[in-house]
Amino acid sequence: MNRRDALSRVALILGGTIIGAEAFLSGCKNPSPSAAGTFSADDIAFLDEVGETILPATTTPGAKEAKIGQFMKTIVTDCYEEKDQKIFAEGIGKLKEASKKKYSKDFMELSAAEKHDLLVELDKEAKDYNKTKKEGAPNHYFAMVKQLTVWGYFTSEPGATKALRYVPIPGHYDGNYPYKKGDKAWAL
Amino acid sequence: MADNTFDAIVVGSGISGGWAAKELTEKGLKVLMLERGRNFEHVKDYQSANKNPWDFDHHGKPTQAQLKQHPIIARTWGKVEPIMDYWANDVDAPYTEVKPFKWWRAYQLGGRSILWGRQSYRWSDIDFDANAKDGWAIDWPIRYKDIEPWYNHVEEFIGVSGSKEGLAHLPDGHFLPPMDMNSVEKDVAARIKQQYKGQRHMIIGRVANLTEAIPGRTKCQFRNRCWEGCPFGGYFSTQSSTLPAALKTGNLTVRPWSIVTKVIYDKNTKKAKGVEILDAENNKTYEYYSKIVFLNASALNSAWVLMNSATDVWPDGLGSSSGELGHNIMDHHYNVGAAGEIEGFEDKYYYGRRANGIYIVRFANLLGDKRDYLRGFGYQGAGSRGSWSREVAELNVGATFKEALTEPGHWSMGITGFGELLPYHDNKITLDKTKKDKWGLPVLAMDAALKENELKMRKDIVAEAQAMLAAGGVKNIVTHDNGHQIGDGIHEMGTARMGKDPKTSVLNEHNQVWDAQNVFVTDGACMVSSSCVNPSLTYMALTARAANYAVEELKKGNL
Repeated sequence: MNRRDALSRVALILGGTIIGAEAFLSGCKNPSPSAAGTFSADDIAFLDEVGETILPATTTPGAKEAKIGQFMKTIVTDCYEEKDQKIFAEGIGKLKEASKKKYSKDFMELSAAEKHDLLVELDKEAKDYNKTKKEGAPNHYFAMVKQLTVWGYFTSEPGATKALRYVPIPGHYDGNYPYKKGDKAWAL
Repeated sequence: MADNTFDAIVVGSGISGGWAAKELTEKGLKVLMLERGRNFEHVKDYQSANKNPWDFDHHGKPTQAQLKQHPIIARTWGKVEPIMDYWANDVDAPYTEVKPFKWWRAYQLGGRSILWGRQSYRWSDIDFDANAKDGWAIDWPIRYKDIEPWYNHVEEFIGVSGSKEGLAHLPDGHFLPPMDMNSVEKDVAARIKQQYKGQRHMIIGRVANLTEAIPGRTKCQFRNRCWEGCPFGGYFSTQSSTLPAALKTGNLTVRPWSIVTKVIYDKNTKKAKGVEILDAENNKTYEYYSKIVFLNASALNSAWVLMNSATDVWPDGLGSSSGELGHNIMDHHYNVGAAGEIEGFEDKYYYGRRANGIYIVRFANLLGDKRDYLRGFGYQGAGSRGSWSREVAELNVGATFKEALTEPGHWSMGITGFGELLPYHDNKITLDKTKKDKWGLPVLAMDAALKENELKMRKDIVAEAQAMLAAGGVKNIVTHDNGHQIGDGIHEMGTARMGKDPKTSVLNEHNQVWDAQNVFVTDGACMVSSSCVNPSLTYMALTARAANYAVEELKKGNL
């Protein structure tokens, strides 16, 4: 990455984007040991399901195949500030509660359609929250989950090489390369 | 020759130190190059360079543990997982911020030549004349004609790709073929040319990446991972370029882990005898002797070495007799510009990751243009299509959302200004003797900030960015000014400036310290003004020029 990459990402952020690539740029400022950054095997299985609902398997692999639950654990544990670790950990509970409230069932027992509908609601809740969120105010847990899923998936091997086009060594540059609808985006 | 005696000592192994070593060894001098950090071998030590994004545990995001070692870099956009170890350990080597200051440091062989942005532009007489014309600070002791042959010499060796434009204020050089603009950039450039009647120029960046192979180096592979170190030698660094040339002569000795603590000054001869170093691994002190010393430790650290030298003669250090050592620190200010969306071009994309962007050449206060501030600015930027990281407003989660993100988004175009900073006597660095680094050495205190001229310029940078993008057909333009802390441009310079008069400058026209003429300072410290173009190419040219002069003077018995 260079200044111009940073810039184009800034441009995207200015355009309303707050997910994904921003994670490359935003580090955690106050390192501190975490008590909240612990995940059980059940948590990881749960996060795999949530991730798979956000980015399901289609003609290309879904987020579960990218081991998204394990990825979320690694990032939250190693890279998140303590306050965000806490929000994320509590968010797992909130998501489970939301499932109970809407369907009177555990999230893991929902049908794919029910999971989808629930996350559509949570996504709207997070977006509405972010519309009026002031700088420095707490992040919304679902925005975190979605950001980690999208970023983790598209930079994973299945995401980058199957859902996108990955060319490790392009060898040259063509500024007039054709595009037709349906062609996949470059992974990098 | 004794083990501790050489013809020349070069302090630092970055962009200018590598050049000093190459030029001096090729002219037959036995040279000792001292590097304060670890050894760092070409290709072998670029350990992340062939990894895939998913091979990094955190897919590029720095960990809390990494950030803890790098509290300064943690405040910058340089905090990326693969290269965190390339940055100096800010905890071991702290500094004092009287005013906020971001000091991006790389303490290892090659220094910041591994990490640099590679944009390479010549200065023009508009830059060398600027101080004299404006009556600001002091005049440069040289003009374009003095440095022009050395720009040629440097460009031919390192390889700079770019387009010839025939502009007096951004002189053409010895270029490899230019990289391509993409379809949107070409369109915006053409519209700007038309709207401003050929008076404003958006060109492809001039960059020290090879668009054709040169001996010993493979051409750029368009991976855009330069700062991890290039296994192909596709861009200029000490390791890919000047170090192999210097080693080939058999005249170079490299000593890593060598923190130069002072230049050893001989009161009788009024010259340097050599340098004293602290071995960063065993904490022992050693002395090395030479006929000449080149300080290339980076602008701030070269000044630090001088401040710690000959203090029995001058309490504020060697070169302080003018009262200017450590003063007049400059940088380029940025983090200011605009971006917006481009309609259409849906059937256009690009192939390859171009480690370069577009450049909009300075136009303010030039050719009859007059602003309410001095000097000017250029813009760097790029056009690109949205990636998976974009927000898709109407979609939320699920298969449709995912499929949308697997395709590129709309085009957007962004530019950021790089503005000239004036030299101010009270923008300065001093020794903070109350604070010590890991090795017990006093640290620097930074006391510098943007002033009225720069703040006025920033307003204009924003206004012109908006106007030019609009003229270029860009829609929904959003501007930004995120402020600028000195140092963040990574172009710090001016702390031991050249000049015509020893009363007002630290160095003479050949980069010799007035008070010890066998000591040369040829990194950013020597700069008298900052121009608005990236400075590294000029450091290289000044270094080659000074090295040539030093050897001539040695032959004449003058040093």
